[in-house]
Amino acid sequence: MLAAVMAAVLASAGCTAGDADGARAIAPQARPQPLQQGSAFMPPSLRAMQADELENPGMLWVARGSKLWQQAEGTDVRSCASCHGAVQSMRGAATRYPQVDRASGRLLNLEARIMQCRVERQKAPPLAWESEPLLALGAYVAFQSQGLPMRPSVEGAARPFFERGRERYHLRVGQMNLSCSQCHDASWGRQLGPETISQGHGTGYPVYRLEWQGAGSLQRRLRSCLSGVRAEMFPYGAEEHLELELYLAWRAEGLALEAPGVRR
Amino acid sequence: MVARVRVPDTVKRGEPFDVRIAIQHVMETGYRFDNAGRTIAKNVIHTLVARYDGIEVYRAELGSGIAANPYLQFWITAPASGMLELSWVDDAGVAGRERVPVTVRD
Repeated sequence: MLAAVMAAVLASAGCTAGDADGARAIAPQARPQPLQQGSAFMPPSLRAMQADELENPGMLWVARGSKLWQQAEGTDVRSCASCHGAVQSMRGAATRYPQVDRASGRLLNLEARIMQCRVERQKAPPLAWESEPLLALGAYVAFQSQGLPMRPSVEGAARPFFERGRERYHLRVGQMNLSCSQCHDASWGRQLGPETISQGHGTGYPVYRLEWQGAGSLQRRLRSCLSGVRAEMFPYGAEEHLELELYLAWRAEGLALEAPGVRR
Repeated sequence: MVARVRVPDTVKRGEPFDVRIAIQHVMETGYRFDNAGRTIAKNVIHTLVARYDGIEVYRAELGSGIAANPYLQFWITAPASGMLELSWVDDAGVAGRERVPVTVRD
């Protein structure tokens, strides 16, 4: 049913030039004006749930992450704290992801970095994408940057990833032949069924999503979007997702991180 | 089970104050099916009890209608400073417990 509504609403709003039904004119690389974080598009009850330190269910993952931070793992019997010390040293870290790993040249998001640390430095068995421990650690680390502005780097080694991400953001995909831009640049603030379309920044991640009745990463949400337009989802860890995350982080530059967010 | 409890820093003797608790739990309703069509077994936290210095002061019976990662808020009074203990158990028999001190002032 949501699919039919989407198709109807966006049938005439697909064009990026300004047109009669009020769709916004968007230059190819412009950012939404004014820039607004995802919680601005939530109803007041959900904003209040996110803002309340106890009511926010994402904080349960942060709490679990705080325990895992101290837990020694692997053959070297090291915890995150063994190398990083107090978690406060992570302040600002999440605002700089995704980033290129200097050693391997790969693009890593925050979850990928944690997975890498675990295998390469803690010498522990790998954590799977979207596994509970990974989400907990990701939430705990991202929480340390709550309120800080996004500041990813898209220069140097990151540039080609950024450009591919930008291209993908504007690419029409799926049975519905929709791009990210058509909803999140041209139609933010408008209704999609019962929902108000956000600008799609992803600054509230890791997020607690009511639909999932649990926590999840931005990558999971991007896969849901692909599924929503009936496009093929890439596997977890695919560069296609990470490039898109980098573009989104650039696009959200200056917006405050609000992890853990609460969304529908 | 991960759980987080909050009570006010200090409470007035005999005056109601709120206890808030959030528990990480899947609260599987028993109404869902897996891809093979089999019912996913119900597993919810069914009972939560609060005891103040050993005396039961609050009890909640929860069911499938309660969302995952339940959040509860309830009011109790305290005649003196003491220890509030919350304990709960789910259908699988897994129990959880949290203790939080309550400071009473006049």
